[in-house]
Amino acid sequence: MSDTSFIRTEMLPAKTPPVGQRGVVKWLRENLFAGPMNTILTLLGLIAVYYLLAWSVPWVMRGIWDADTLQDCRRLTIERYGEGASVACWAMISERWHQFMFGFYPQDLYWRPVLAFGLLFAALAPVLYYGERRTNLKLIGAVAVLTLVFMGETWKLADIAPKATPALASNSSLVIGFAVALFGLLLATAAAAPRKLTWFTAIYPLLGFFLLWGGSVWGPLGVAMGFAILGIVFVLLQGRLGVVVAAGAGVLVAAIWWLGVQTVATTALHSAMPMGLYSVNSDVFGGFLLSFVIGVSAISMSLPIGILLALGRRSDMILVKTLSVGFIEFVRGVPLITMLFTASLLLQYFLPPRSNFDLILRVIILVTLFASAYIAEVIRGGLAALPRGQYEAADALGLDYWQAQRLIVMPQALKIAIPGIVSSFIGLFKDTTLVALVGLADPLTGITRIVRADINWKNIYWEPYVFVGAIFFAVCFGMSRYSMYLEKKLKTDHR
Amino acid sequence: MAEASRKMQVSDEVAIQITGMNKWYGQFHVLRDINMTVNRGERIVICGPSGSGKSTLIRCINRLEEHQQGQIIVDGTELTSDLKNIDKVRSEVGMVFQHFNLFPHLTILENLTLAPIWVRKTPRKEAEEVAMHYLSKVKIPEQAHKYPGQLSGGQQQRVAIARSLCMKPRIMLFDEPTSALDPEMIKEVLDTMIELAEEGMTMLCVTHEMGFAQAVANRVIFMDQGQIVEQNEPKEFFNNPQSERTKLFLSQILGH
Ligand SMILES: Nc1ncnc2c1ncn2[C@@H]1O[C@H](COP(=O)(O)OP(=O)(O)OP(=O)(O)O)[C@@H](O)[C@H]1O
Ligand SMILES: [Mg+2]
Repeated sequence: MSDTSFIRTEMLPAKTPPVGQRGVVKWLRENLFAGPMNTILTLLGLIAVYYLLAWSVPWVMRGIWDADTLQDCRRLTIERYGEGASVACWAMISERWHQFMFGFYPQDLYWRPVLAFGLLFAALAPVLYYGERRTNLKLIGAVAVLTLVFMGETWKLADIAPKATPALASNSSLVIGFAVALFGLLLATAAAAPRKLTWFTAIYPLLGFFLLWGGSVWGPLGVAMGFAILGIVFVLLQGRLGVVVAAGAGVLVAAIWWLGVQTVATTALHSAMPMGLYSVNSDVFGGFLLSFVIGVSAISMSLPIGILLALGRRSDMILVKTLSVGFIEFVRGVPLITMLFTASLLLQYFLPPRSNFDLILRVIILVTLFASAYIAEVIRGGLAALPRGQYEAADALGLDYWQAQRLIVMPQALKIAIPGIVSSFIGLFKDTTLVALVGLADPLTGITRIVRADINWKNIYWEPYVFVGAIFFAVCFGMSRYSMYLEKKLKTDHR
Repeated sequence: MAEASRKMQVSDEVAIQITGMNKWYGQFHVLRDINMTVNRGERIVICGPSGSGKSTLIRCINRLEEHQQGQIIVDGTELTSDLKNIDKVRSEVGMVFQHFNLFPHLTILENLTLAPIWVRKTPRKEAEEVAMHYLSKVKIPEQAHKYPGQLSGGQQQRVAIARSLCMKPRIMLFDEPTSALDPEMIKEVLDTMIELAEEGMTMLCVTHEMGFAQAVANRVIFMDQGQIVEQNEPKEFFNNPQSERTKLFLSQILGH
């Protein structure tokens, strides 16, 4: 038999790999102890992790919860763990957590931010988990229960607090009834037609605004009316004048409504049929309430604006292109803090003289514009990564510009850009702490300063930062995990 | 095959009329004085060396490229910068690309129903029925709910053909539909195209598949340096080329 010819007479059965080449052993060998250098690094790493944990875990876990002042804390630490021990003083958190959460929002009205926050998830669920019935149901169900429980808790807080008003007691059953009915409706919708839930997402901004700031119910309804007018004008004109002109006309008519007619109409309606919530002033907003109001508004508005800017930057129309490039480069070139400082000045120039703009609203606008410039650049990256063939196929099939953008280009470009977009969002959310510089009570600097101003907690240092940092971490980590989930869900090229 | 070509009737109704057409990319004169008439039911194969302007020519026919001089009339509609005319022409002309250009984020079925639903405003249900019909026709109805990335190249190209057919075009343009495919997949795509030709579709096809040209084309056009150098019926064209350039080109592609 020669060496070159060979014929297999029997096929080989599949076997399991030899021991040491599979499972834990293989993984350990390949990943932790692959060679002398690797082994040394692994051991050094383990030692570092050990010291970090040995120092921090007891500090957190042995922390003191039952003290009234920092001095108390220090005394209890020595009593329990001996001289020289260092443990956290969480008592400060258990006494002041509500300030970290709500700032100086009236205690008897805490249910409003709580309900608004719960409903936020109900508004986000249909977008984040579009069409996924079970996830929507589970999420909204859990949020409903938690929201109602927390609303009850905050009531207790208000009851013991001296500031509780008698008006609240008579209203609380009404409020709970409203919350239960609303969540019931949402759950029913999620069960029957999860896609219809996006309607709630659409009205949430006004509902959230109304819950947080209160005032006459006719105000938000008037604003909603403006959007309805915008929509009607757009739909009527779109066929004849094209998307851009129709949208422009819609915005124009709506602006006339908002700036001219609305105030008159809502005042009239309010005097005829006064309905509403106690109005709450912007200057009592603080803590994570403030961070979330700014963060969520800016995130949800900066994405559409960023998309338009990115499209504008690639547009053939020279004016649109120049404006987009100019805006993006200007905003990216100027520090956010500068913009926050000049916020009042700048916006006062551009807005109608009568509009006395609220500080929070001003900050939201600036942070939105700031973030949208970054988002635009991230999306431009996604657009650039899209092969030209996709545009050509869309053109060849007869799709118009906006259809092609909406159905073909954006879904793919946004998918490519997800990691960058989420990074921008995370950065934006953390940047909300910068508003301390314009005198707003952000959780990190603002509230911490207030807490330290109290003689009882005068010298407390690490605890507020760790607490606030942990919450920021949880939120940002959540966003990051969601983006990974989304990337996986949208991945269509697996075999 | 001879039997097949007898079935394919050419009418004397004009489908595409190109007169004195010129196109430049900047200073570069890509298409020079193109004159060409395509009757309904014709199957035309366009060949020529790389860079001779074949793609540019057929991309001008549905205005993926703009021409600067001369006239292109498709089904009685002249292509000008008037968007209405462009939309009209595009809705009657289907195009199949070398790299398929399927939409990777949509399922096969969604790829097929997208344009009928959004451009033709067909109800979704009806669009899906039509899509399934054409998927069966290109012999992959079972792939309807997969994504393009999960299909082989040949299957993807057949989906791309079906996607164009869902718009019920009267003219089909093919730009090297098989040149990105492995040899064993080329046949399945060519078979689909032959079937289409037999049904009387007006086709313009840039390809170097000379077997295909001989089987279904009623005319072969040879281009070089942005010009039409020679055109003839396939038999004459291959057996008796007139111009030196054509002879050289044919000897190169058939030589090996
Ligand atoms: N967008 C463009 N800008 C400038 N020059 C271009 C552009 N597209 C194509 N060309 C040039 O025009 C000429 C014709 O291109 P075309 O793609 O039509 O050739 P082709 O005959 O299809 O070649 P191939 O067989 O390689 O596909 C080539 O020289 C090419 O480099
Ligand atoms: Mg080409």
